[in-house]
Amino acid sequence: MRGDQINLQNIVKRSATQVPSPQERDGGVETVTKLIDVSRCIGCKACQVACSEWNDLRDEVGECVGEYDNPTDLTPNTWQVMRFNEHENEQGNLEWLIRKDNCMHCAEPGCLAACPAPGAIVQYANGIVDFNSEHCIGCGYCVTGCPFDVPRISKKDSKAYKCTLCSDRVSHGLEPACVKSCPTGSIMFGTKEDMLDLAETRTDFLKGRGYENAGIYDPQGVGGTHVIYVLQHADKPEIYNGLPKDPRISPLVEGWKGIPKPLASVAIGLAAFAGFFHYLTAGPKETPEEEEEVRTDEERDQESEEKRP
Amino acid sequence: MNEPKPHAKSDPGILRYDAFSRINHWLIAISFVMLVLSGLPLFHPFFWSLTGLFGGPTMTRILHPYIGLFMSLFFVIMAIRFFKVSLIKRHDIQWLKQIKDVLSNHDERLPPVGKNNAGQKLVYWIMVLCVPLLLVTGLLIWQPYFADAIPITLRRLAAFGHAYVAFLAIITLIIHIYSGIWVKGSFTAMIRGRVSKPWAKHHHDLWYEEEMEKERKKREKSKRQHQIMTGEKSQ
Repeated sequence: MRGDQINLQNIVKRSATQVPSPQERDGGVETVTKLIDVSRCIGCKACQVACSEWNDLRDEVGECVGEYDNPTDLTPNTWQVMRFNEHENEQGNLEWLIRKDNCMHCAEPGCLAACPAPGAIVQYANGIVDFNSEHCIGCGYCVTGCPFDVPRISKKDSKAYKCTLCSDRVSHGLEPACVKSCPTGSIMFGTKEDMLDLAETRTDFLKGRGYENAGIYDPQGVGGTHVIYVLQHADKPEIYNGLPKDPRISPLVEGWKGIPKPLASVAIGLAAFAGFFHYLTAGPKETPEEEEEVRTDEERDQESEEKRP
Repeated sequence: MNEPKPHAKSDPGILRYDAFSRINHWLIAISFVMLVLSGLPLFHPFFWSLTGLFGGPTMTRILHPYIGLFMSLFFVIMAIRFFKVSLIKRHDIQWLKQIKDVLSNHDERLPPVGKNNAGQKLVYWIMVLCVPLLLVTGLLIWQPYFADAIPITLRRLAAFGHAYVAFLAIITLIIHIYSGIWVKGSFTAMIRGRVSKPWAKHHHDLWYEEEMEKERKKREKSKRQHQIMTGEKSQ
């Protein structure tokens, strides 16, 4: 992380941690939000460059596969990628929908819920979800937990990586690098309240321009997100390169990480205790000593000889 | 874990598990316990401190799958070798119906059983179910080798399944270990391989009779051979 370490008392949620994280410093902490207005994006990728620049990321130069997406997917070294979609609207016109894909910074993060390593994934009071590589063990559970397919595990060091929302910059009062670099004002940054307000204005504007279904993407299934979109077609987020319509933490992850596990842990403990108390009450099955129970070899021989004609 | 009492005629008892079975069993047992200890911290943070036994959290994550592969290999061998004695018979059902008598040590009321009782057979079958499931689900979520290539829903299902199957296996393991402590002589049987005749008759009467039959036939054969030998000499 560039800059100083974030104030540890600002960590309000912590992975694999049963006890509460600091909750007292809530006076005046407003959550931050990055607003991505897809309708204003021209796909210049300045944000991608700024992200690499600020975060010291240098992904391998790939090959052109016949589309603008470059790189074609998020990697441990590419924390955001522009997704280009050619959409044919009802009038038969082409719309070029360009979505900046990166971590959504969910209010209820699936990665954090799935992570088994205490403190490897944290959430700050300002809403940013951050990976603490110091504690990351590289198990990949965050990947299964994320409803947006964002975290990537490095082949180099087996650590998980994703957009930090430039938590280091934000903690020093700066906007994220991508926001700083955007030439069209497509990426905005501020408090969640302000950004929702701004998004509202933009949505109204788009509606006035004929985009009846223009709307804000702030999915409530994950408690809302700290990266929100203004979409021209908010009724069909899937056309923006598979943006999920109603993302939530998979029930498979909930069923595996939620209440069942502490219950199972207790059951394991109880099973061990049950054995101990059974031993205390019923006692062991002692080794039988009664000699007479066992017919000796000689007796058997005699018996079989008697039987013989 | 009392040693079986030496018998009047310095009875060597009966061989219950040969050296191969014992080594095989203990390789599985040791690796299984290591799997439980390294897997539990990933199961719930209650057990996080167990990562200290394996050189830290990341080392625990790295080692766990390899121990799993090691155990699976030896489990396959044991599963094949113990298959026949683990088939469930009619008297096993009766034994299970009388589980109360089993637990309250009223052994005299129980039907005679073969080399393994129904409890041991159930451990066998539960593990035969669990180990392959754990192996497959484990491979599907194995970082950094396979997981990246697996579709996300399958990965979620595998992580989910791995946890629940492991739970079943751990409970079975606890019952299995406790039985070894509870039934005196059984632990020694797996350590030294032999049991006393009274023990065999008491706990596994059908098996005991079988073994005695074998012994008798062997003795008769050698007796006959001896007679032939001595007969030839006298001519």
